[in-house]
Amino acid sequence: MNKISHEQERFLSRLRRHRMIVRTARVLILVLFLVLWEVCANTGIIDSFIFSSPSRIALCFYEMVVDRSIFLHIGITLYETIVSFLLVTLFSILVAVLLWCSRKLSEILEPYLVVLNSLPKSALAPLLIVWLGATPTTIIVAGMSVAIFGSIMNLYTSFATVDQEKIKLIYTLHGTRRHALFKVVLPSSVPAVISNMKVNIGLCLVGVVIGEFLAARNGLGYLIIYSSQVFKMNWLLMSIVLLCIMAMVLYAVIGVVEKLYDRKV
Amino acid sequence: MNPILELNDVSYSYHTLDGETKALSDISFSLARGEFTAVVGPSGCGKSTLLSLIAGLMKPESGSMTLNGDPLTENSSKIGYMLQHDHLFEWRTVYRNVLLGAEINKALTPEIKERANKLLEQYGLKRFARSKPSELSGGMRQRAALIRTLLLEPELLLLDEPFSALDYQTRLTVSDDIGQIIRRSGKTALLVTHDLSEAVSLSDRVIILSKRPASIVRIVPIAFALEKDTPLNRRNAPEFKNYFNEIWKELNHDE
Repeated sequence: MNKISHEQERFLSRLRRHRMIVRTARVLILVLFLVLWEVCANTGIIDSFIFSSPSRIALCFYEMVVDRSIFLHIGITLYETIVSFLLVTLFSILVAVLLWCSRKLSEILEPYLVVLNSLPKSALAPLLIVWLGATPTTIIVAGMSVAIFGSIMNLYTSFATVDQEKIKLIYTLHGTRRHALFKVVLPSSVPAVISNMKVNIGLCLVGVVIGEFLAARNGLGYLIIYSSQVFKMNWLLMSIVLLCIMAMVLYAVIGVVEKLYDRKV
Repeated sequence: MNPILELNDVSYSYHTLDGETKALSDISFSLARGEFTAVVGPSGCGKSTLLSLIAGLMKPESGSMTLNGDPLTENSSKIGYMLQHDHLFEWRTVYRNVLLGAEINKALTPEIKERANKLLEQYGLKRFARSKPSELSGGMRQRAALIRTLLLEPELLLLDEPFSALDYQTRLTVSDDIGQIIRRSGKTALLVTHDLSEAVSLSDRVIILSKRPASIVRIVPIAFALEKDTPLNRRNAPEFKNYFNEIWKELNHDE
């Protein structure tokens, strides 16, 4: 390896310093916020009955871990989110392929997709409950409804904007449209599919929580609605924190998938 | 000897909402086996359209085309087509890119794989067989693209400005390189280019097209009395300038 010059050394140390400051500041903001909250709640500056406090939230979480009830709530929300996410991914790829195969079909359906995509999906949830009943299926469908239309449109756009010359190459090698799909369109759209998945996982969680607000007996969404009605603010804030963590973890998992793909290619 | 390809009064028009644009008008010529022919003409005159028609990607509106005496209807497997860009797929290794055509034609036999390996070795790409295309230089990429085309053993090679995406230095060496490869393989080739010196240095015959709608203005036979008739040697020969000027004048005749 080459010897690092003085200037390069200085550049590197400046970069390291910058990164350290960013990292420390991030942690510090969180810690400061929690300490301030805790102190304010304990000294009576804010009403701990309404605002709760970090220690009360932690204690509440601990109690629910001990009586194991929290695992059911987390598990059911996680399950519904993952199932709706997988179904959205599968369906939107299938539909986008269909639309790519037929220009007529895609032009006919375009206005419908645009309208359905811009519709506030929370408006659909009550309808779904009447049609499908207050079951986990309804909540999964509610989760799907938030993500699916946008997902189809995004994927179709990425399929349709594949370099036409690459498709021409397939034809010059005596291929058919099917070859163009499997050899060019799908492989070159993998990055688009993954970034689409990143958006979808968050949207599915939103949809599932909305569904749980309206039609569930358990799950974090149910816990939030129930605790707001009986004024158990510890429960409510704990559920929100758990949802935050869940969203982060799910996003990170797809980030790992993306990294694996990038390394392979 | 019978010509390998024959075109009789081929015409083609593009249709859009705004109207009709005639691109080719009554094009007739034939290619003898093993001959290297170049097509030159003003930009946008329909040179690439001509290749797409011969490759069967589009159908002529009138006229007829025959390959080995049989009417050329669609996408014949005897025709290989090299596009302007190499279009090597980044998600495949060089080796698997080269095999793309065989894969599509369901011809992935051990023999063809062996031939691919041989060609890669012959053209100095063996070391890069397992690499990503992005690791290759522009010239190597174009050679890989040529192997991909040659692997299907076409009788007729269509070249659509295959060097125009390269910088000038690389372009000279790559066109020299690829020109010799094609010569040695004995394939018939039809090269479309807007670069007159490329046309003169590579071909046996230059077909000059007019502005749109393109028709054939003249066909200039090219012959060099060289011991080693390579594209680079041709560029240094005294006849080169004469041919160049002759074609240049013909192209700018009507302006």
